[in-house]
Amino acid sequence: MNIEDIKRPENIVYKRPALLTDNVMHYCPGCSHGTVHKLVAEIIDEMGIQEKTVGVCPVGCSVFAYNYIDIDWQEAAHGRAPAVATATKRLYPDKYVFTYQGDGDLASIGTAEIIHACSRGENIVVIFINNGIYGMTGGQMAPTTLIGMKTATTPYGRDPKLNGFPLVIADMVAQLDGTAFITRQSVHTAAAARKAKAAIRKAFEYSSKGVGLSFVEIVSTCNSGWKMSPVDANKWMVEHMFAKYPVGDIKDVLAK
Amino acid sequence: MAEKILMKGNEAIAISAIRNGVDGYFGYPITPQSEVMETLMKEKPWETTGMVVLQAESETSSINMVYGGACCGKKVMTSSSSPGVSLMCEGLSYIAGAELPCVVVDVMRGGPGLGTIQPSQSDYNQITKGSGHGDFHNIVLAPASAQDMYDFVDWGFELAFKYRNPVIILSDGIIGQMMEKVELHPAKPRMTEEEILKVAPWATVGKPASRERNIITSLALEADVQEAFNQKLKVKYRKIEENEVKYSEYMTEDAEYLFVAFGCSSRICEAVVDELRSRGIKAGLLRPITLYPFPYKEIARLAGQVKSMMSIELNLGQMVDDVRLAVEGRCPVGFYGRQGGNIYSPEEIVEQFLKFNNLK
Amino acid sequence: MAFKGVIEVDTNLCKGCSVCIANCPTDSIQLSRAVNSKGYHYAEMKGDACVGCGACGVVCPDSVITVYRVKIQ
Repeated sequence: MNIEDIKRPENIVYKRPALLTDNVMHYCPGCSHGTVHKLVAEIIDEMGIQEKTVGVCPVGCSVFAYNYIDIDWQEAAHGRAPAVATATKRLYPDKYVFTYQGDGDLASIGTAEIIHACSRGENIVVIFINNGIYGMTGGQMAPTTLIGMKTATTPYGRDPKLNGFPLVIADMVAQLDGTAFITRQSVHTAAAARKAKAAIRKAFEYSSKGVGLSFVEIVSTCNSGWKMSPVDANKWMVEHMFAKYPVGDIKDVLAK
Repeated sequence: MAEKILMKGNEAIAISAIRNGVDGYFGYPITPQSEVMETLMKEKPWETTGMVVLQAESETSSINMVYGGACCGKKVMTSSSSPGVSLMCEGLSYIAGAELPCVVVDVMRGGPGLGTIQPSQSDYNQITKGSGHGDFHNIVLAPASAQDMYDFVDWGFELAFKYRNPVIILSDGIIGQMMEKVELHPAKPRMTEEEILKVAPWATVGKPASRERNIITSLALEADVQEAFNQKLKVKYRKIEENEVKYSEYMTEDAEYLFVAFGCSSRICEAVVDELRSRGIKAGLLRPITLYPFPYKEIARLAGQVKSMMSIELNLGQMVDDVRLAVEGRCPVGFYGRQGGNIYSPEEIVEQFLKFNNLK
Repeated sequence: MAFKGVIEVDTNLCKGCSVCIANCPTDSIQLSRAVNSKGYHYAEMKGDACVGCGACGVVCPDSVITVYRVKIQ
């Protein structure tokens, strides 16, 4: 059987999701954002909720998420996405409302907003991309930067005496009564991406059940900021990031 | 006959919001305006009109909740006082930049810093000259009574939706705390989802197959795109300046001396005008009701008629700069103000007036 | 039962990140010698070992890979 005989529509087992727009992503080669965007687009399509979904983008690399997934979007001020999403969900309780935030946005300037949205048990989904660095501004230290990790503002490595310790946000918000489902995932392999997709889908489903906030952290890479090739960045993430941010479910109030 | 109820200015804001079909209020406690949210919580409008009322963790959060609600085409508002409004300035800039409608009430207190909790008009510059970064204007309404507080909520939303622009009701601790009779106009229902789609086709309420996705953002990385947007705002602001200036005049027809005062100060100045008239001095008062757009033209017209003007404000002299801009040197412009929560008496102002004009 | 697969890469949009190559269980992807209009060496299929598992498509951050698969007896 030759190649052209195989390349027929009926033989497609994987293709670009319908809800991704034709816009070329501005992300660096190998950036985890693109993979997570794809998973979100697939889930919204598969759940048939495009007409009922509102996304809130952050400030940071994913500020332009609204260019890539074909749904209604609100662009929030830095760190404020959970507050913006709170009002949207409260005013339209039958919609699916999610925020998509990086670690600079969510874990630094937006700590008050995320903690209180979690604490109030807002029925929203939070997708948290944790790559331990500020990508868009050129690779500065984030609250999640690992000890010893070199960034533009920790050129000799993060020193806890000078810069404090990494913030483990998912474990923090798991302590709050308002959260329903907290999980930490990654998208560096096909198996990991499939698990991450299942987790994000569960979060979307929970958000319509009135059980509280669902929080999906994706441990990610920023190969430009980390100054590695995409493949090496994925290896580095597994070796170093997973030690501080282990993948797996942290809390699930509906688990049997 | 419409119902009249005795209430505080702050309570009037809350009752008006419920009766005028406001969809959401997001607030944070701060003196001297906490009665707004307290009244809303006591009234439980979510059980009657379906209005959402939520106490946020900060003013920063409450203004961003307003942003989120406004993105959906809903009538949403917040209220605060000076230090809290400072925290909201970031959000106001984003709301102006995304061209969203909302109403924000500032019940001013003395500053700078934590200042006092007593009344003041010290946020004039902050609110009228753009409250936050970037080139923009808030539409600013200055109530002088509890009735104004009631009426300006609905008027504010009318303007906010007409121009897709934030509207600030710039009140103060006197108007907020003072109890007066308030006439309740017939209640208005909240907008239905169909009505929202009609007045706010830009709203982010979920993308049907029939339209392109709606995106609410204030980001424009390209210089030409940003400049085109700034120019679009300029056209909007000129239209607002052309059509929405509102002021009231008291005894200005034959006035030889003019007071310019807004909010609570305008009411004190009415007594000053009466006192001076009783002494045979032809004084009058112009009260700007909209502070942006400011009644430059009307003040300019009166500058050709009177011997002098005085701006009377509970601050160190902020609106007086706008009065001088309007007058353009055609008559002397004086200022008298008190600060820190102290309030002038009519007698005190009369004395300052006589001194400024070298009269006995 | 065995499968035979083919991948089709949108070579104009591929950024050559190579994450697909690292994820391919049959070592069936390589970077091209040529570059696309953005200057990237893009992913392309090599050999005939591809089984159409879809792993490359799933991990592709730019969603530029379409995967086809047929059963062969």
